[in-house]
Amino acid sequence: MTAHGIRAEFRSVLGDFTLDAAFEAPAAGVTALFGPSGCGKTTILRCIAGLLRIEDGFCDIDGDIWQDHKGRFVPTFRRPLGYVFQEASLFPHLSVRSNLLFGAPREKPKDRAEIDFDEVIDLLGIRPLLDRSPKNLSGGERQRVGIGRALLTQPKVLLMDEPLSALDRKTKSEILPFVEKLRDHFSLPIFYITHDLTEVERLADQVVLIEQGHVLASGPLAKLQSDPSLPLAMAREAAVILDGVIEAHDSAYGLVTVAVNGGRFIAPAEPAPPGERRRVRILAADVSLARENLGPSSMLNSEPARIVSAKIIDGNEMLVVLALGAEGQGGRLLSRVTRKSWDDLALSEGLAVFARVKGVALRPGRGDFAS
Amino acid sequence: MDQLQPLWSPVRLTLELASVATLCLLVVATPLAWWLARSRAKWKEVVATIVSLPMVLPATVLGFYILILLGPDGPGGALANLWGARTLAFTFTGLVIGSVISALPTVVQPIRNAFAAIGDRPLEAAATLRASPWQAFWRVALPLASPGLLSGAVLGFSHTVGNFGVVLMIGGNIPGRTRVMSTAIFDYVESMQWREANILAGGMVVFAFCVILSMILIQKRFEGSGL
Amino acid sequence: MKPSIFAVACGLFAAALAPSAMAAQTHVAVAANFTEPAKEIAALFQNKTGHEAILIFGPSGGFYAQITQGAPFEVLLSADEERPRLAVENGFAVPESRFTYAIGKLVLWSRVLDVTDGQAALEAGNFSKISIANPASAPYGAAAIETLKALGLYDALQPKLVQGSSIAQAFQFVDTKNAEIGFVALAQLYGNSEGARWLVPEKLHASIRQDAVLLKKGADNEASKAFLAFLKGPEARGVIERYGYGLDIYAAREPAPAR
Repeated sequence: MTAHGIRAEFRSVLGDFTLDAAFEAPAAGVTALFGPSGCGKTTILRCIAGLLRIEDGFCDIDGDIWQDHKGRFVPTFRRPLGYVFQEASLFPHLSVRSNLLFGAPREKPKDRAEIDFDEVIDLLGIRPLLDRSPKNLSGGERQRVGIGRALLTQPKVLLMDEPLSALDRKTKSEILPFVEKLRDHFSLPIFYITHDLTEVERLADQVVLIEQGHVLASGPLAKLQSDPSLPLAMAREAAVILDGVIEAHDSAYGLVTVAVNGGRFIAPAEPAPPGERRRVRILAADVSLARENLGPSSMLNSEPARIVSAKIIDGNEMLVVLALGAEGQGGRLLSRVTRKSWDDLALSEGLAVFARVKGVALRPGRGDFAS
Repeated sequence: MDQLQPLWSPVRLTLELASVATLCLLVVATPLAWWLARSRAKWKEVVATIVSLPMVLPATVLGFYILILLGPDGPGGALANLWGARTLAFTFTGLVIGSVISALPTVVQPIRNAFAAIGDRPLEAAATLRASPWQAFWRVALPLASPGLLSGAVLGFSHTVGNFGVVLMIGGNIPGRTRVMSTAIFDYVESMQWREANILAGGMVVFAFCVILSMILIQKRFEGSGL
Repeated sequence: MKPSIFAVACGLFAAALAPSAMAAQTHVAVAANFTEPAKEIAALFQNKTGHEAILIFGPSGGFYAQITQGAPFEVLLSADEERPRLAVENGFAVPESRFTYAIGKLVLWSRVLDVTDGQAALEAGNFSKISIANPASAPYGAAAIETLKALGLYDALQPKLVQGSSIAQAFQFVDTKNAEIGFVALAQLYGNSEGARWLVPEKLHASIRQDAVLLKKGADNEASKAFLAFLKGPEARGVIERYGYGLDIYAAREPAPAR
């Protein structure tokens, strides 16, 4: 039995699709199940929820065995989970309030903090909708109610099946912050299915990479992003996410300094109090390498790092994996440089270098971020 | 008015019969329709076919089988034995049973369709919201299928009111007990009492008109509400 | 009634195609209770005359209503004398053609009680339901009521009466044992030896005359007239009697309608 962890295994042949997925994840933070459409992500989530029963399955949620190989199978309605569907699937015959309270238990949960009704509706901004009918809500409003409804069942784990995929881009960017708040506000493990890398980079702490019914890799987001053997690092838009806290802000220039594991980065941002958590997303293409930390430059950031590995991609480019810090003790970073630069600078694995990133490359909204 | 007095008894009896039969129909048809809509059993279509049979069987055939069913050698007779009677034919109970059997397909069909139209999703949502299958049925499936249930009830009621053949075959035409509107009309026509026949038949035409109109309005309303 | 409408439609179709050859056709509306003997008689009729009698079976009341609406029947074999009389009165039939082709015999029948002595069985009243045909529409039903009244048992037995809409249904109620006892037609028990029966003495009720009449539609059809004549002849009467009907002794003496 895994304490404070989640372990799931599902093996089955469903028509011409073979599912053979096994993974473990900590029972905290957001675990993204990431993969292309049709790779079996939703099937896995439905197995975890018990909506789909696969005989050869095992599911341990933080010590609660929901399914094992000895025939134990807890029916969905007895599993303390919250489930957010792709389309909100609200009950059209009930008001928003009744939908929210549909699964709310009469007694407070004993082993975990209660999720409060007012807290949820204020967090999701759905107080003005309470007495309306779901039929008269917009897609984004409906999905927020759907999330609230799942939260108010006082779940031990929240399962979200591409909750944003049915929404348009604008609505998506409206809802994403709510999901972020959710993650930061409630200490609730979340399984989040998506085929959209942006959502992964923005929300996930851990990732389970899925391809054709198999688990390709699983682990912390940054680790998977910087693993050159995985498709994430090989993509043109390859990036790493570094979790950090705000150390200082410079209101005169509208910049903040974020301390991450093994270094610090200066980025344009709205003023924020020191100590606040902040994610820094750094595209591999935005990171240049230098042997020495040379004088004045528009590069606001020049951090010591060590080359962990390098790999030729697309013939004339190199994907370089760096470890932040003079001794390479910090977080991983990716850099994409030309083979010419690699040769001219005589770079090699194990070498100490400076990773240089323009400040504007780190502004919020860079890449696919919308907020 | 005194001349119309004898007309009232079959009308009242018909309304009583239709009300009781509709209630029984809903109780029988709803779980049956649910099972037919949700079960994955391969032989469920066989059951569906059996349920539909009364729709295609001529009333004389159906009525004759029900007569045997209700009789001393059938299950109806065994049931009647419990309170010392020989047969359920010629009784109000017998008429209710006959009416329920003959109207069953009419009632099961719209309810089954309504349950099928709900799909899996709302029930899955209910399950993830801690609702047991039983609670999901009452709190989600039934309310969502209510237009179908309403249609079924209206159709069941009107089918029973208009049921002529089967009631004729098992009722025995006992005034005040089994002499319903349709058999009364038959009698009046047979004995050439055209005036009485016309009043009852006219009433049934008006009734049928109201039923069909209300069905159309129900459908319109629920379509309009997006359910 | 759907079958009748269908039959009428078939009749219309057949009538339209009817050739005016030597071997002609006639459309005969036959009371349901006379179905079996009518088939035998029609077969004999065709063998002898070459004419074809197309038989349409149904309730007499229904036939009468259809005749008033112009149904293409040429001969009516009714289950009563009332409808043929009305048909004549209202100008749908040829007046002098009407005659009694059969007299129904009323029987008290049971599959569960010994009713060999019917009067005693009725007086004992050891039954919960007694089945009769609807007296408003069926002569056998009216005769059953008359019988009960003549025996002085009507008031006592009235609460136990159940009515079939036709004599066929009155028979079904007894046959399925839903009613322990019932008044049926002797013809219905043809070839059936089950249960116990009591032939009701004819003095207890007015005779159940089943009349035939030539309808105006068939007045000029040789086959129609020939069929009615054949119905009075010895072959037909043999069949009718065999099936348990009585015969009107006067009918045979009457001269056949002019050819």
